Amino acid sequence: MNAILVLGILAVVFGLLLGFAAVRFRVEGDPLAERINQILPQTQCGQCGYPGCRPYAEAIAIGEADINQCPPGGEATIEALADLLGVEPKPLNEEHGVEKEKRVARINEELCIGCTLCIQACPVDAIVGAAKQMHTVIEKECTGCELCLPPCPVDCIDMVPLQTDIAHWQWPAPEPSPALEPRS
Amino acid sequence: MKRELFSFTGGIRFDDYHKRESTRQAVVAAPLPARLVLPLHQHIGEGGEALVQPGDKVLKGQPIARAVSYVSAPLHAPTSGTVVKVGDEKVPHPSGLSAPCIVIEPDGEDTWAPRQSHARDYAEMNPSALRNLIREAGIVGLGGAGFPSYVKLNPGHNPVETLILNGAECEPFITCDDMLMRQRADEIVKGSLIIRHALGARQTLIAIEDNKPEAIAAMRGAVQRLAPEHTEVVSVPTLYPAGGEKQLIYTLTGKEVPSDGLPVHIGVVCQNVATTGAIFRAVYHGEPLLSRWLTVTGGVAEPRNLEVLLGTPVDELIRFCGGKPERCRRIIMGGPMMGFALHAHDLPVIKTTNCILVDDGRQPDLAGRQYAMPCIRCGACADACPVRLLPQQLYWYAQAGEFDRCQEYHLFDCIECGCCDYVCPAHLPLVQYYRYAKGEIWKRERERQQAELARERHEFRLFRLEREKKERAAKRQQKKAALAKETSAQGDAQAKQAAIQAALERVKAKKARQTRENTPPEQGDS
Ligand code: SF4
Ligand code: SF4
Ligand code: SF4
Repeated sequence: MNAILVLGILAVVFGLLLGFAAVRFRVEGDPLAERINQILPQTQCGQCGYPGCRPYAEAIAIGEADINQCPPGGEATIEALADLLGVEPKPLNEEHGVEKEKRVARINEELCIGCTLCIQACPVDAIVGAAKQMHTVIEKECTGCELCLPPCPVDCIDMVPLQTDIAHWQWPAPEPSPALEPRS
Repeated sequence: MKRELFSFTGGIRFDDYHKRESTRQAVVAAPLPARLVLPLHQHIGEGGEALVQPGDKVLKGQPIARAVSYVSAPLHAPTSGTVVKVGDEKVPHPSGLSAPCIVIEPDGEDTWAPRQSHARDYAEMNPSALRNLIREAGIVGLGGAGFPSYVKLNPGHNPVETLILNGAECEPFITCDDMLMRQRADEIVKGSLIIRHALGARQTLIAIEDNKPEAIAAMRGAVQRLAPEHTEVVSVPTLYPAGGEKQLIYTLTGKEVPSDGLPVHIGVVCQNVATTGAIFRAVYHGEPLLSRWLTVTGGVAEPRNLEVLLGTPVDELIRFCGGKPERCRRIIMGGPMMGFALHAHDLPVIKTTNCILVDDGRQPDLAGRQYAMPCIRCGACADACPVRLLPQQLYWYAQAGEFDRCQEYHLFDCIECGCCDYVCPAHLPLVQYYRYAKGEIWKRERERQQAELARERHEFRLFRLEREKKERAAKRQQKKAALAKETSAQGDAQAKQAAIQAALERVKAKKARQTRENTPPEQGDS
């Protein structure tokens, strides 16, 4: 009961803080950058060469960066960006990485020494734990950016694919029929 | 007086409904299996939460899982025995995945937990207490989708004019509702009165397709015997999917349920006849939902209907009816139009299992899929669609991945009845395309929400770092100030010291002067 209460209060407090941050921290910027940012996957991994999605969005908006530098977004994001900006879509620039299936970080709790370095690296505060205490990743909030991997001194963080359970399973597209193969 | 009926567009009239085969014999209980596997999630909404642990002894009807939210349902032990496992088992689902289950080994005693009948006093209970009783009995829609029943019995602020009992059973091969209406007509009629009490509905219409004359006669007999007010058995034309909720409401009332609305918004609530029977048993006998009637048909020697405990493995039922589960090409749970093929023989029966359809490769009307050919734009799909969608366009945009366009073409109004699929001369797997498209749209929506969350959290982090920096800066400032004060305090002390020193000097000088003045003048020079 107490735990529920505490968690409930925590939830409210964080909710208020987030709400406050949203208002206080609203970036009154360029509406184009805002719309570009809406399209980006918010993984915050920095693979595009900018320290997060918003800076990349701003760079695209002023024409400093190209639209094909975000590997987590992949083709779908490039297409949406091309659509928004009225330019031709182009393949992902492989210098920045390749598109891969989303994975989440998992800390091997046996090995974790509680150094807090990963917590400092996580761009979305998805890792919880105090100094010298084992840390855990909140799977729901992990964006899969991999930024917590390099700082870990004991290499105890792995990227694991998300488990599909029945609630998240979806019907696959039908197998293409030989008769429907596109004629080349 | 003949009731005016309305006919919906589209639909399919099959040549052979294959209903005769399985209605020749009276319903019997299936033998007790050695092991019952009960998935915690057997209905729409959230799964239940287990209340038992391996090793626990349970009595028949004892709750073994509780509902966790509004749209959720509890689960009960179908017979007495021992819980041997609480964990993942394969469940009947198109994905073939495993999910949390409770496994019970029956002790063969079938000992009931205490039961309480409300046969006499339910009419005095308030609707909310009655709904709670039905919720605690774990009853969900037994007709197919399995929506927790008590949710539908809560009309909110909407006045309910009509309760429709759905006995259409429009899909080929399935006959369990037909048999229930023939054999337990009184229970269904009594159940309808309970539901009406909960809803405050004025009238009941019991809709049965006209290819079930025995069921119609039995239900009319029960209505005459029990003489409930404003209750009528209506024979509706046999036309798949007449039993679709929106189609049935239109047939009986001529009213259309709005695309994003519920039947209750137009004053109608539908309940399946088997669900109504289960509600009767829960209220009159205090029996939660432990078993159901289902049809075993297709490639078995003796197609028939059985009363089956939830959790019974499907292959035992097929063997009981003289079939060979190992030699089947497919075992379909549900009917040929809306059912799905099971990934294993021994998956358990769940609350929504109305039919086990065995395809042994010799059933002419269960031919497997043929090669899909390109669409010839014949328009047959649009003519067949009971929702008046444009299946050909939906297909086109779904296969091209243009899901926004699918939504513009009302993809989410599709009831996945399979009519378009059935008539398509090109054998395109249309419904699977629609399911796939729906899944993709849900997935994108989920991803969008996740990105939104990540963006907020990232911005909050930046805000937090900024704040911490400011706080640190402020602290530094403070420290500096404190230091400065200290040094200045030291200065003060020196000044004081100096002052004291000076005072001391002055005193010394004075003293010296005084001594000089007291000494003989020849020594002084001033
Ligand atoms: S590469 Fe990473 S940081 Fe850059 S836009 Fe894509 S997700 Fe955001
Ligand atoms: S499956 Fe959907 S599109 Fe096809 S006929 Fe049925 S409702 Fe119409
Ligand atoms: S029925 Fe099949 S072939 Fe005819 S228009 Fe529809 S999808 Fe195309």
